[in-house]
Amino acid sequence: MSTENENPDDAPKKALIYICGACQAENEMKPKDPIRCRECGYRIMYKKRTKRLVVFSAR
Amino acid sequence: MNNPIIMNKYSIERTLGNEVKPYNYDEFVKNFKVNIINLSETDMEFDLIGVDVALANSLRRVIISEVPSMAIEKVHIYQNTSYVLDEILAHRLGLIPLKADPRQFKMKEDENSEPNEHDSLVYDMKIKCTKKDLDALAHKQYISFPGMILFLSNILIYINDEQLTFIVYSKHIKWSPLGNQKDIFTEKSVGMINDDILIAKLRPGQEIELKMYAVKGIPKDHAKFQSVCTAWYRMMPNIKLLDDIKGNDALLLQSCFPKGVIGLKSYKGVLVAHVEDCRKENSSRNVFRYKQFDNKILLSKIPDHFIFTIESIGAMEPSSIFFEAINIIIKKVNNALEIALNQTEV
Repeated sequence: MSTENENPDDAPKKALIYICGACQAENEMKPKDPIRCRECGYRIMYKKRTKRLVVFSAR
Repeated sequence: MNNPIIMNKYSIERTLGNEVKPYNYDEFVKNFKVNIINLSETDMEFDLIGVDVALANSLRRVIISEVPSMAIEKVHIYQNTSYVLDEILAHRLGLIPLKADPRQFKMKEDENSEPNEHDSLVYDMKIKCTKKDLDALAHKQYISFPGMILFLSNILIYINDEQLTFIVYSKHIKWSPLGNQKDIFTEKSVGMINDDILIAKLRPGQEIELKMYAVKGIPKDHAKFQSVCTAWYRMMPNIKLLDDIKGNDALLLQSCFPKGVIGLKSYKGVLVAHVEDCRKENSSRNVFRYKQFDNKILLSKIPDHFIFTIESIGAMEPSSIFFEAINIIIKKVNNALEIALNQTEV
């Protein structure tokens, strides 16, 4: 039961950034939004790379 | 010295007679000489006279592989959507020469310890390519080429692939001071030596955001720590004319050597060759191609006269690199001596 309460309905709907497959424009999209680029109308979107830190040694 | 190295047509003749002499300090002091031929911010050429090859060569080797310098060691990548892969980007950044003087920093003792103001430098880079940037670039282009048709230029720029990229150079890397570094250093004293080193190219929408940590290291560990481009020496060449060379032969002789090595003088209307400047000789042995010079010329090298050249990258003056190398050799010798003394006690 408790798991049902934690379902996305309670959480605020987060807008995520997606990148248009045609024009590379960044689109903020919420769940249930039409999957469509605001700039060019293309319907294939890609997820952006996360800002997670990765450490490399410069060798 | 008494035993020059003689160069023949196909061989080099070494007379090893009294080369193995017992070392004598007073004699060394008497013969040792350093003449600086030219000195600029990055290059130095000097004569090292009266030393053994072993010392000259160890100096060269120490300059190349043991004089420390600063270089980017760790790259923290927060965002990289460019076409350059993370690993390759990090490697490229590591190879960028830094202006920071390594003598003002300590060697990092523990590789994984937190960077502090005494052993590290931090640099930031945050760049995003937007359509706006490219429009600005295009506008600049238009200003510098006013002959272009304005209307067409905008279209052309988006068609031309080269114009669609934003180029990331080393000048986009910014230094961020750690601790009290703000009071000691300036962007100019620790930043990039060259501001036009290509790092990556960005298409619209791509971005790079990263943080770099530079540490002090020695080139033995990685080539990025080199403080010189190269350092080398050559032995002083010596040319001896055993016979008079006159007329057309003198002109031919002059053409066998680089400019300024052989001079011509006119005696009673006949040109006679004489040696003007041996330093410029490059030991091509071109004279041996001509029969008329057989047994008339002696090419040799002076074995204890070295023409030493140091080309600095720019972080340290070449003369200070040389002093650093000498200090390192002294340290090594002292270390060896200490070990030797300790062994006899046991």
